[in-house]
Amino acid sequence: MTSTARVPDHLDDDGLQTVTLTVNGSERTVAVPTHRTLLDGLRDEVGLPGTKSCCAEGECGACTVLLDGKSVNSCLVLCVEAEGHQVTTVEGLSDDGLTDLQEEFLNAGAVQCGFCIPGQVVSAEYLLRTNPEPDEVQIREALSGNLCRCAGYQRIVRAVQATAARRSER
Amino acid sequence: MTEYHRPTSRADALTALAEGGARARPLVGGTDLLVGLRHHHDVADVLVDLKGVTDLPEPIVVTDDGVRIGPTYTMGELVSHPVIGEWYPALVEAALTVGSVAIRNRASLVGNSCNASPAADTAPPLLVHGARVTISSQDGDRTASLDEFFLGPRRTLCGPGELVTRLDLPRPAPGSASAFRRLTRRRGVDLATVSVAAGVGPDGGLVVGMGAVGPRPLRTAVPGPVDLTDDASLDRALDELLGVATPITDVRGSREYRLATLRVLTKRAVLAAADRRDPREMAS
Repeated sequence: MTSTARVPDHLDDDGLQTVTLTVNGSERTVAVPTHRTLLDGLRDEVGLPGTKSCCAEGECGACTVLLDGKSVNSCLVLCVEAEGHQVTTVEGLSDDGLTDLQEEFLNAGAVQCGFCIPGQVVSAEYLLRTNPEPDEVQIREALSGNLCRCAGYQRIVRAVQATAARRSER
Repeated sequence: MTEYHRPTSRADALTALAEGGARARPLVGGTDLLVGLRHHHDVADVLVDLKGVTDLPEPIVVTDDGVRIGPTYTMGELVSHPVIGEWYPALVEAALTVGSVAIRNRASLVGNSCNASPAADTAPPLLVHGARVTISSQDGDRTASLDEFFLGPRRTLCGPGELVTRLDLPRPAPGSASAFRRLTRRRGVDLATVSVAAGVGPDGGLVVGMGAVGPRPLRTAVPGPVDLTDDASLDRALDELLGVATPITDVRGSREYRLATLRVLTKRAVLAAADRRDPREMAS
């Protein structure tokens, strides 16, 4: 119940609404108040805490997930809006261990405190799927909505570049 | 109790908005609405999600005369549309400054105008390009220019029970062009300190749309031709264009700073737009 404490009082006494959505390939049904965000639904109802709750207003990118394949801030999507849609969280980028992108984040030393990393990884994965050979300017633009308070941006950019290079060799 | 409606028809959407009255808000991207609700800036408790409505105007239709945009067309779709980029370059430049990739994947163009922030990034280019909106309710449709649509901070012609169902952009005249310039404190996810879009017409006339320098996005124009190669003539045109700006001092900048940068940015936008004109099509 991390960020629900910030929900206005007048929204609190809702009845629950049943929402069926596909999360990381599995159909899930959750019962939530209508004001509950997708972020809270994923963390508290589905039990996937990889998606992080931070600014809760679309500024920091820690809560980034893929909704029908497009990156979105899950703190700015109501859980009820996701009815019938496909959600991919950082946990669902790979069925088996780390993705090449996650490995390159480790190789580049791009993970400091680690809090922003799930959002960075999802945003970077969305970039590489839509633009497999981004230049540095495009990488920085694509990740400009993901804040890193450790300011580890250089290594994050290097991790994305290394992944792009690795994928182009395949 | 927050009521959440997911109508599948335009009629049901308008009914839900009419019944909710001043407590109801249409919901598309939610990138401003959800933040407003969280911070109590908005006390709506009836949300009408338009994304499942099947008989609203299509997200985008391109004709020989212009472009028609429906309420669910996102900024992300807009910035990669080849015709929008060719006909309305200032609009693409402005949309690319909205939030971040994840925000643009969700935020709608029409919603950005309906939210009516004086700093709305896409408002200045839409004003320059002569956008018109269609406002629908159970009583029927009416249209207005976007310039008439903006009434003040967060206030528009679209009242309780009404919905902007369409935004029309006329095809620019041959020999005209536009450009957008914006000042912010950081590159991503910040509101504009000052924003400006400029259009240069085929006759050398200028039209300017301004953001964050008044209670609403502003539009002014001077008839052509303005000799852009002559500093004195350009300065006179800028004096005439920028007189309507009444910026305030806030956390993003002082009134004086905004007025000074507005002039610089407008000059840059005008010259950038002029550079984009096709010399074969100019009337002057």
